[in-house]
Amino acid sequence: MKKKLVVIGAGMASGRLLEHLFDAAPDAWDVTLFNGEPRGNYNRLMLSPVLSGEKTYDQIVTHDADWYAAHGVDCRFGEPVVHIDRDARVVHSNHSSAPYDALVIATGSAPFIIPVPGKDLPGVVAYRDLEDTQAMMATAGKDAVVIGGGLLGLEAAAGMAAQGARVTVIHLMGHLMERQLDPAAGYLLQKDLESRGITVHCKGATKAILGEDRAEAVLLEDGTVYPADLVCMAVGIRPETRIAVDAHLEVERGIVVDDALRTSDPHIFALGECVEHRGQLFGLVAPLYDQAKVLAKTLQDHAAEFRPVQTATKLKVTGCDLFSAGDFAEGEGREDIVFRDPGRGIYKRLVLQDSRIIGVVMYGETGDGNWFYGLMKDGTDIADMRDTLIFGPAFLGGAAPDPMAAVAALPPEAEICGCNGVCKGTIVQAVQNGAATLDAVRSCTKASGSCGTCTGLVEQVMALTLGGAVVSAPAGMCKCTDHSHEDVRRLIKSMGLKSIPAVMQELGWKTVGGCHSCRPALNFYLLAEWPLDYRDDRQSRFVNERNHANIQKDGTYSVVPRMWGGVTTPAELRAIADAAEKYDVPMVKVTGGQRIDLLGVRKEDLPHMWADLNAAGLVSGHAYSKGLRTVKTCVGKEFCRVGTQDSTGLGIKLEKLMWGSWTPHKLKLGVSGCPRNCAEATCKDIGVVCVDSGYNISIGGAAGMEVRETEHLASTPSEDEAIAIILAVTQLYREHARYLDRIWKWMNKVDLDWIRAQVVDDLDNRRALVERFEISQSVYRRDPWADLSTPSETPKWGPLADLTLEAAE
Amino acid sequence: MTRFVDIASLEDIPRQGARLIRTAEGCVAVFRTADDRLFALDDRCPHKGGPLSEGIVHGHQVTCPLHNWVFDLNTGTAQGADEGTVRTWPVRVSDGRVLITADLLTRSQAA
Repeated sequence: MKKKLVVIGAGMASGRLLEHLFDAAPDAWDVTLFNGEPRGNYNRLMLSPVLSGEKTYDQIVTHDADWYAAHGVDCRFGEPVVHIDRDARVVHSNHSSAPYDALVIATGSAPFIIPVPGKDLPGVVAYRDLEDTQAMMATAGKDAVVIGGGLLGLEAAAGMAAQGARVTVIHLMGHLMERQLDPAAGYLLQKDLESRGITVHCKGATKAILGEDRAEAVLLEDGTVYPADLVCMAVGIRPETRIAVDAHLEVERGIVVDDALRTSDPHIFALGECVEHRGQLFGLVAPLYDQAKVLAKTLQDHAAEFRPVQTATKLKVTGCDLFSAGDFAEGEGREDIVFRDPGRGIYKRLVLQDSRIIGVVMYGETGDGNWFYGLMKDGTDIADMRDTLIFGPAFLGGAAPDPMAAVAALPPEAEICGCNGVCKGTIVQAVQNGAATLDAVRSCTKASGSCGTCTGLVEQVMALTLGGAVVSAPAGMCKCTDHSHEDVRRLIKSMGLKSIPAVMQELGWKTVGGCHSCRPALNFYLLAEWPLDYRDDRQSRFVNERNHANIQKDGTYSVVPRMWGGVTTPAELRAIADAAEKYDVPMVKVTGGQRIDLLGVRKEDLPHMWADLNAAGLVSGHAYSKGLRTVKTCVGKEFCRVGTQDSTGLGIKLEKLMWGSWTPHKLKLGVSGCPRNCAEATCKDIGVVCVDSGYNISIGGAAGMEVRETEHLASTPSEDEAIAIILAVTQLYREHARYLDRIWKWMNKVDLDWIRAQVVDDLDNRRALVERFEISQSVYRRDPWADLSTPSETPKWGPLADLTLEAAE
Repeated sequence: MTRFVDIASLEDIPRQGARLIRTAEGCVAVFRTADDRLFALDDRCPHKGGPLSEGIVHGHQVTCPLHNWVFDLNTGTAQGADEGTVRTWPVRVSDGRVLITADLLTRSQAA
């Protein structure tokens, strides 16, 4: 006969407990699971990526309905337990009851709400569950105030900022995350957050939340007022113990448990953030998972003892890289080793006592964090390596700056995944037993399965174990690197890398000079990030972009001069006709982009033809570039009897502003003067359809291998605003999209609502984007044909030598 | 022993790039790598005749611009799953001048 187990609370700790229990004794228990939230267990640590839009709720569910069904769990979700009858061993909710042989209380914690006037107004939230997260996701373009500059508060702040909110963080103490960081690292963190538009107010005590029907502003003791459509309280948590108090269990700050996680009632157990063990409370996930392991054994009548260990902290804010573990207060007999690189915003500090590491704080570069943490946990005597300790394991080995060297140097017992306590040896073993992909390693070791910040490390351990022959290069942008496109872009920015060799050196490229796949991508990322500092590298461009013409299958080229908005003149047509005859062009063809193509031009004739076309005022049409191609127009209201606006004029203005710009993939625009849409604007990357009331802008069309209609981005009565929105969305695409993604592909990844929040709703951001586009255009809005047909350049288009002539002599 | 003829200055060839020379044996691409080594190969990909001189040069390799076949500049052999070989020619740098084999002045008996 199965025993009855009742669990109150479906959180990460109890979810893990059930997993252990079903693994070890699948048929021992009938489980009933109550949960106050109307859903099962999801990865609460991943609410931050959900908030910032990097993940969806579905992606963070850890136990779905199928899982519960497969294990016969009786789920009572949305039913908070209201009473425990210890004598009868029955729990009651308002809807049902359930008898138990063993009861597990896993009610977690409740946010601490500071007792100030206005704390109960609508618009004041904590940051604990999905409802809070959804409220915060709706703050784009609004003002948000986060009270509390700790781990949770900063993740909330960064998440809302990523959603396009104007965010202020109010923190009571002198620097951010004072429990994990020292003042220097706190300063770097504050600078990073401020650089992404977040206002930080330290030493700020909240006096009241102001507002009539809902939160409108936050008032501080010093009189400062910050506007706030939403206030997020993230000052701390307290164990949720009400149900245990009502049942007269022993409760101090949390529900008191012994080493076996038993409460004062031998049939009742507790785990997670609601417990107090030897006077200590728990907020990080790693000790909770340890508790789950111990309690699973206790329930099977195996002896097990919970012994909390020190844990390390990482902040899950993209681009803010920090690591903290141990004790780093200054004190008698303690010494520091400090390394700073102000230019790159790097700070590392080790606190030593008796030749042992007792504290680690790192900011900006945290790759060696786990190595230091391992030395600290093991109490290793570091006297011998003290001189170079701060430079990490790679330096000690005297190895080249190979990112893999640091990982290779780690001993098997080094912890890789802090959340789940998985060490390097376990991952190595899993790989040797046949786990060849990240997912496989994750499912058999749980490494990188919780907060995910160690994913890169896990992959590196796998690559090392597989002997370099990684079967699936999981995320790397090409075979030259394991970094993804997104990571490389981020690192170019955060590390201030301004040349292709710098990127390859600092990010540990595995090949000497890259390959035909990564070099053009790097060249684009660099010129998009550093328009004024980086010089376009022609040798990293595909032949068409290097030669500013389209190569044909016989090695000749096609030449397409620009016709602004598709409008030309008799003089231009005459110049094109003359060039066609002079250089024996075998075919003259009208293109789909409203201009004329001269096909079959020999390479050495290109600069001469360009010079002739330049003389008639014609410039490159960039028909060969991942950049602005054409702006197709109809005749608009000037001539057309149904045209509503000057579509031709708008098309010409856009083309004159945008020509010469490089983009992740080719960029084609269309402007139609009325909804009859003669310019076919709704299958372009960016399309404008004019109506009586103004301009409808839509993006993400395609008419190639994919055929897609554009989706509506914005409508405006003003031509100037239409232009600003188009320039801003182009710049946003340049800054965020992966190389070779057309707008529609990028849009599918980042979501149209997010794009709209950036370029339509947030006026400051729109202005800033247009400004950055203009800065880039101050360099690139020029004719490459003119630059490459000068007397010094022209000879380079012909052969270097003609040995057939010498042979004849 | 190979005889060499002086055809140009090293600076006439861009780093990580190539220039073409016309020869009795057809067009030959002279490559200059990032570390200033020179290589000379027939300018014709064995796959579909693509001009290798227009490919992206990376390390001591070049990628054909038409269909991304990759060739080792030392040996002229295709890399990876592709199979094929391009003829290579002796070339060297001396005092900043590019010297190439004099064999290219005359058509070989075999051709």
